[in-house]
Amino acid sequence: METLLKAEDLSVHYSTKRGYVHALDGINLAIGRGETLGIVGETGSGKSTFAKAILGILPPKSRIEGRLQFHETDLARIDAEYFRRIRGKDIALIFQDPMTRLNPLMRIEDHFVETIKAHESVSESEARARAVTALTSMRVPESRIRNYPHEFSGGMRQRIMIALALVLKPSLLVADEPTTSLDVIVEAQILEILEDLKRISSMSLVLITHNLGIVAEVCDRVAVLYAGKLAELGPVEDIFARPIHPYTRLLLRSIISLDTKELHSIEGTPPDLVDPPSGCRFHPRCPYAQPVCAEQVPPFVEFRSGQPASCLFGKDFL
Amino acid sequence: MLEVEDLVVHYPVKTSFLQRLFSREKLSVHAVDGVSLTLRSGEILGLVGESGCGKTTVGRAILKLVEPTSGMIRFEGIDVTRAKEADFRSLRRRIQIIFQDPHASLNPAMTIGRAIGHPLKIHGLASNDREVRDNVLRVMREVGLTPEEQLFDKYPGDLSGGQKQRAVIARAIILKPRLIVADEPVAMLDMSVRARVLELMLDLKTKYDLTYVFITHDLATARFLCDRIAIMYLGRIVEFGPVKRIYESPKHPYTRALLNAIPVPDPKRRAPKILPRGEVPDAVYPPAGCRFHPRCPAVLTTCGWEGRDFIDYLEERRLNPEKVQRDEEILGPLDEWWARGFQAGRKIGEEDATQLIEHVRSILTEAQPQMNQAVRDVSIRDRQITVEFHDPDLLGQKEVEGRLVECLLY
Repeated sequence: METLLKAEDLSVHYSTKRGYVHALDGINLAIGRGETLGIVGETGSGKSTFAKAILGILPPKSRIEGRLQFHETDLARIDAEYFRRIRGKDIALIFQDPMTRLNPLMRIEDHFVETIKAHESVSESEARARAVTALTSMRVPESRIRNYPHEFSGGMRQRIMIALALVLKPSLLVADEPTTSLDVIVEAQILEILEDLKRISSMSLVLITHNLGIVAEVCDRVAVLYAGKLAELGPVEDIFARPIHPYTRLLLRSIISLDTKELHSIEGTPPDLVDPPSGCRFHPRCPYAQPVCAEQVPPFVEFRSGQPASCLFGKDFL
Repeated sequence: MLEVEDLVVHYPVKTSFLQRLFSREKLSVHAVDGVSLTLRSGEILGLVGESGCGKTTVGRAILKLVEPTSGMIRFEGIDVTRAKEADFRSLRRRIQIIFQDPHASLNPAMTIGRAIGHPLKIHGLASNDREVRDNVLRVMREVGLTPEEQLFDKYPGDLSGGQKQRAVIARAIILKPRLIVADEPVAMLDMSVRARVLELMLDLKTKYDLTYVFITHDLATARFLCDRIAIMYLGRIVEFGPVKRIYESPKHPYTRALLNAIPVPDPKRRAPKILPRGEVPDAVYPPAGCRFHPRCPAVLTTCGWEGRDFIDYLEERRLNPEKVQRDEEILGPLDEWWARGFQAGRKIGEEDATQLIEHVRSILTEAQPQMNQAVRDVSIRDRQITVEFHDPDLLGQKEVEGRLVECLLY
């Protein structure tokens, strides 16, 4: 598969009053054209930081290191002006809460016209026509195109945001918890839309979520983040059936599904990223930890074809 | 232990002065619209449904945090809805609530120890500070907030989400209540922590002989935790019974839809889903008949088809590029159509009335057959075209295979 986006030793540090927060630390992964990559992790795992790095919206006091190759461009090196040209056109974003993206004082139609005209020199009427096409494809009737965002239901707003994100036909869509604020039936509807999109276009999708059920339903591959590090990466079937990293195992076991007979949790809490644990960052919570885990940083190596993990004892879990 | 009988809670909709001046209609959100249930001592009863179904309002009404519009709530023989403030104090001691957001439930300027001990002071249940402190430390140990001596003087900001929720639970149990209403207690916690908080709730249930009302949108957690569940939709209970029966063979189409929509955490079991259309409608104007009928995959002719279902159908057709043009030509702009109760229609001007009525009849044959069959008449009178639907059948709860279901299928 042709690679669309490639992170090489990607690190992001935030400067805070308490010191540097190592939000992302040496991430290596690639996203293929047309592929859906799920990024899962708990609060503070760095999954949203990864999205922000791709979109060039990291907070001002952050430092980015390593490479983030998108087509010919290293996104870790470009300035804000260059990012503005790419964002919205080649890389688009949908958020958890559509209201953070939609301007409450602007008609739906004007959102589209503004976005289209910011990137392409087209006439007003051409832009409006494209807005109608984009919206009806998301089942938003043309009669409502002049309404304001608050006049729509939550699911409809999310569909408007997806239509808006896709109107310039980006090659990469980043969806950050796109269904978290929605009810389960509307969530399933939105996921169905995302799956349909995958079928009809060659767009790649980065789906950031804490919900492993969603990952299982829509992703091709999944990256498991823990405390800013990539714990494991691989095809979704392999990760769910044969996880290698103990964190992945425990995380999968903690899912509460309709088949749950017994509750499982992970002891302890995710670490403070100002002062992360030495060696493997998961060692204080890992039931299989050995003394060496506190000393050596585990390399991110392939244990099975296409399934690398960062655990010193990875081969014992094969 | 607790009886809720025909509970109705309507919230008034805030309208502007001018709106009130020109409209006699009083608008209200039908949050809970006739809910009856019983809670047995020692059980975990789940109130399950999507946002806006009224589950939280039922929970709050039990604690008298909202005033019911009508109906009755009786707790251990006392009528909560009519209880005087003085009687209610002792009731509050026996019923406690845990909210979804532990962060918002704790005063950021109050130490954890003080927050947990606060109810003892309010209810005057400790003679001195020493006694309060001892009690708090004991409860902190019980909920796993350890080392308790150290955490006692910490502020909520120093704690993780899971720890904060433990503190909230500790504060709820320090009065040794009989009933705890837990409103989405783990929804805001990370997956790896949820299980521990749920386990804690189960432990405390045994230790303190508690009864829980567990309010959640998460059907998986409800299945694991609850003994019986009430599935709610737009202010009504649509299915109510033992967890085992409902999950093994759900009867109400809405229950089936909910169970079907849950993501399955197994990539090998991916399958296309049959989902209900659209979203939960506005609770200010709940649909006629069965409130789920506009979305129901198993809808019948008699479920409550009404004027606005026809308007929705017209709107839906405009998404179809093959139909939009002719519809626009003959039916005119959508905003000229009105819907009132079981009727929909529009004023007609100079256009060809026969063509209009024929087109309306013909598009009805292209609609869902149940909707088409529910039409009583399409007529033109006084330069108005009117589509009128039959009245729906009366809906009531029926016992079906060991649970109550409110659906005309049974």
